[in-house]
Amino acid sequence: MDGADPAWRPSASVELIRLRSAVLGRLRAWFGDRGILEVDTPVLSRAGASDPHLENISAELGGRAYFLHTSPESAMKRLLAGGSGDIFQVCHVFRAGEQGRKHNPEFTMLEWYRLGQRLEDMMADVESLTSDLCSISKPLPSFRKTSYRDLMRGITGVDPFTAAVPELINALDSHGVVSPTGHPPERDELLDLLLATVVEPALDPEQPVFVYHFPASQAALARVLPGDPPLAERFELFFGGMEIANGFYELTDADEQGRRFDHELKRRAADNRHVPPRDDALLAALRAGLPDCSGVALGLDRLLMYLAGINDIRDVLTFDFSRA
Amino acid sequence: MASYSTNEFRSGLKILIDGDPFIIVENEFVKPGKGQAFNRVRIRNLKTGRVVDKTYKSGESVEAADVMDTEMQYLYSDGEFWHFMVPDTFEQYAADSNAVVDAKNWLKEQDHCQITLWNNVPLTVTPPNFVELKIVETDPGVRGDTAQGGVKPATLETGAVVKVPLFVEEGEVIRVDTRTGEYVSRVKD
Repeated sequence: MDGADPAWRPSASVELIRLRSAVLGRLRAWFGDRGILEVDTPVLSRAGASDPHLENISAELGGRAYFLHTSPESAMKRLLAGGSGDIFQVCHVFRAGEQGRKHNPEFTMLEWYRLGQRLEDMMADVESLTSDLCSISKPLPSFRKTSYRDLMRGITGVDPFTAAVPELINALDSHGVVSPTGHPPERDELLDLLLATVVEPALDPEQPVFVYHFPASQAALARVLPGDPPLAERFELFFGGMEIANGFYELTDADEQGRRFDHELKRRAADNRHVPPRDDALLAALRAGLPDCSGVALGLDRLLMYLAGINDIRDVLTFDFSRA
Repeated sequence: MASYSTNEFRSGLKILIDGDPFIIVENEFVKPGKGQAFNRVRIRNLKTGRVVDKTYKSGESVEAADVMDTEMQYLYSDGEFWHFMVPDTFEQYAADSNAVVDAKNWLKEQDHCQITLWNNVPLTVTPPNFVELKIVETDPGVRGDTAQGGVKPATLETGAVVKVPLFVEEGEVIRVDTRTGEYVSRVKD
């Protein structure tokens, strides 16, 4: 990007703006062919994301704080509980502080839910859809699958389920990654750092790979498969050197979801961070009955980066954050 | 005390770590989808020049270093300190020998230099990229040898010794690139 450009100018070229339009048209056709309903949910919410790894952006209306959604998940699950059947949505989501080569504080997410589907089915969905979208200009080979444990062990040599903190620090160090200073690091944080700085760059960018069965501590809103170790029924799709999509076999147990929310909110308070109101509307929807379902969130901007062979997210956005 | 959140990290930002001022050379934001975000930074110690890598959990704060670059005019040296003045305000600053260690060979009175102030005390002095200095001592020139690549040492009025072409004479003024310490050209009056 030319830094001398006047700030009114779009960040993306006209060619990439056209590519985005083509992708949007094509994905709507894909969902339409399967009878999956397009929905449009509010961006502002009374509840904020409780996930300690997300930072909400708030807006004030009538003396009351509202939050720009970090994902449409809550509203879409309320629709599912309300009887919508299979749904999809393309929308902007907002996350404070996320800015970098692969991050913009506001980005475009494609999210969809299907009733009665398990992770395997959703991986098939993701492969079918992304292969279709990428066939526009950069066809993908058939996708690979690996468990989180095998992937981490294969690339870093450490077992993510059993390695202690010093072992993880050593593994990072041997790949030239300095561990965070200041606070005593937690296992999950070091695993996150390993994944983002060692594993992701080691993956073949041209080979899509599903990674499934994350540690239960990284379940977010996914169900946990009991066992030793317990496994999160969650997958991520990587290609183009990036995480492109994330899928859950959705947690439908209101009590368990309530416990996770409370745990996360407590953690935020302990870390001296902003504690948003709990998402009680979602808990009420789960109590009323969320049908058995799986859901996927896919980063459309990153998919465009892959399609266009571009390695800075700003180049696929009409106006990146610095021009917002 | 002012501080910066990792959200504000960008190259050029000056931060204080363990009592030393550092400048951010590179900043990379990394975050796995559902996990902890980090800022990986490459920073340079402004006192020692050493470059180190650090990783911060995003959202952490780091103390700001009160470091500022100011253009000043070099006045004189009293042997212990090198004295500079801000042209607009006539404010004067004294730099010690540590601050001028790389610059002192190129400092000519009246020249404008960049002074990096830390807590309002000169930390480093950067001379102009090009300076014009008089040769006070060099072997006699070799007539007619203007095309050959031969060089000889020449001592300049500041005490610096640079390699100059054989045809350059004592008493002449030459232009030197202070970043490389190399002769550029003769300066004709």
